[in-house]
Amino acid sequence: MTEAAIASPATDTSRRVSRWRFAHVVYRNYLVWRKLIGSALVGHLADPLIWLVGLGFGLGRLMPPIGGLRYIEFLASGMLCYSAMNSASFEGLWSAFTRLKVQRTWESILNAPMTVADVVIGEWVWCALKGTLSAAAILLVMALLGIVQTPLALWVLPIALVVGLAFGGLALIITALAKSYDTFTYYFSLLLMPMTLISGVFFPIDQLPKIVQTAAQFLPLVHATTLARALAVGTPVDNILLHVAVLVFYAVATVVIAAKLVERRLMR
Amino acid sequence: MLTVEHLHKRYGALEVVRDVSFHVPVGQCFGLLGPNGAGKTTTLRCCLGLTQPDAGSIRLVGLPIPQKAREARLRVGVVPQFDNLDPDFTVTENLIVFGRYFGLSRRECEARVGRLLEFAGLTDKADARIEALSGGMKRRLTLARAMINDPQVLFMDEPTTGLDPQARHLVWDRLKTLVTEGRTIVLTTHFMDEAQRLCDRVAIMDQGVLIAEDAPRTLIEREIEPVVIEVYGEGVERWFHTYGKTLSSRAELAGDTAFCYCVDPEPLMKTLEGQRELRALRRAANLEDVFLKLTGRDLRD
Repeated sequence: MTEAAIASPATDTSRRVSRWRFAHVVYRNYLVWRKLIGSALVGHLADPLIWLVGLGFGLGRLMPPIGGLRYIEFLASGMLCYSAMNSASFEGLWSAFTRLKVQRTWESILNAPMTVADVVIGEWVWCALKGTLSAAAILLVMALLGIVQTPLALWVLPIALVVGLAFGGLALIITALAKSYDTFTYYFSLLLMPMTLISGVFFPIDQLPKIVQTAAQFLPLVHATTLARALAVGTPVDNILLHVAVLVFYAVATVVIAAKLVERRLMR
Repeated sequence: MLTVEHLHKRYGALEVVRDVSFHVPVGQCFGLLGPNGAGKTTTLRCCLGLTQPDAGSIRLVGLPIPQKAREARLRVGVVPQFDNLDPDFTVTENLIVFGRYFGLSRRECEARVGRLLEFAGLTDKADARIEALSGGMKRRLTLARAMINDPQVLFMDEPTTGLDPQARHLVWDRLKTLVTEGRTIVLTTHFMDEAQRLCDRVAIMDQGVLIAEDAPRTLIEREIEPVVIEVYGEGVERWFHTYGKTLSSRAELAGDTAFCYCVDPEPLMKTLEGQRELRALRRAANLEDVFLKLTGRDLRD
């Protein structure tokens, strides 16, 4: 057998392995998720729902209407984005790091005809799908509680997907740089939580100092809550395209950086 | 099948692979030997396109690496040094999920699983979880996983490290089967008996440089006298300086043991007669002698 004859079947098969290769990584994660579906649903779905109902009705009783909305109406669309962010972040941090370092799953995938970009894009999309699922659960509860009434509200799901991509991408950057799980606690406590508090999740930001409001505009979450609130409960919104653009920018920029960093870490 | 020419790879100031060239023809088992840190794993990673060489050219299954590494890996199986089986899946699921990365359909994967499990001796473990497997079973599953795409070349980084003798023999037996089927194997090891038993050709690497390459038998004949006498016991040092050094072609004292390499062992054996405190072992020269001669006896960590 000559070497040229050996090479030809390789080119034949490669046609079947297309640019959708990242889907194999999504599928792998989906299979694992399906096995652990019980705890996955409780952890990432029930938890935010309990917060929503607890805070919404408990705290909501003490609160005056916000911009004509009952507190639970205000809170729900914020929680929807917060929940998408949280789910995507958890997946991109703890779970992805386990596959990167502890289980060496990514290394095994790279022994197959897959590239670092396939792996990182697959993980990124998976983060976003988990974020969207969390958001969808909250949307369902909002519908059951009569908070959303228009089918227009379904448009928050694509928004949640982009939120998941943005925070999934950010999380994967942190994961690519992390030495241990400890790093993620800092990321959550020092970055995500403060950002959440200035992004209109739990309360409106117009009473915050001007400089804080401005700072928030450079972060992705406030754009998500503004859009989600408009779609779900009909608050007025300007600059829709700008809000979408910031989220898309975060999503794309972060995944490109994450892929470069993972490449540097694994392909040395 | 695999051609490496003038490969260089450096990490910072340290050049871990220096001007390495070798060729592995179709159907051969090729062993890359060397102490820890010799650059074996880095060389393999370069061949698979998993790291960028600083200089040199590599062709694998007729394709240039790293430019066409992904395409080349379609025809290649890899058994990494550390097990990275997916602990979230069963034995069967591990094979199927891995096959998907090669673009195989679920049905194609399922069709291959039965034979692979049989090959790996894991048929009755088909639905077991990974944590329930012994070290030897995991290694065999990793080997089966590397075979899911019916590869022409198999890369194995220390395939039997950490296995007990039974498990090692089983892995060796499977590897011989694969070579009989016409597949090419490239492996690294620091077990010389493994290399001598399995490999058609071996290359010895030390500090990033290939220092010898040939068939194991040829290397032994070329580098080492045919008979080795190992002597140890009370007073070995005195015996070594009086007789050992003078009556053999080459001799060395390592720790408490004298190693004497001879063409004709009889004169030396005579001096051992009646020496009650000394124990002697007379054996044929092997690849380990070659390895120690070429790379020295110093520890490498």
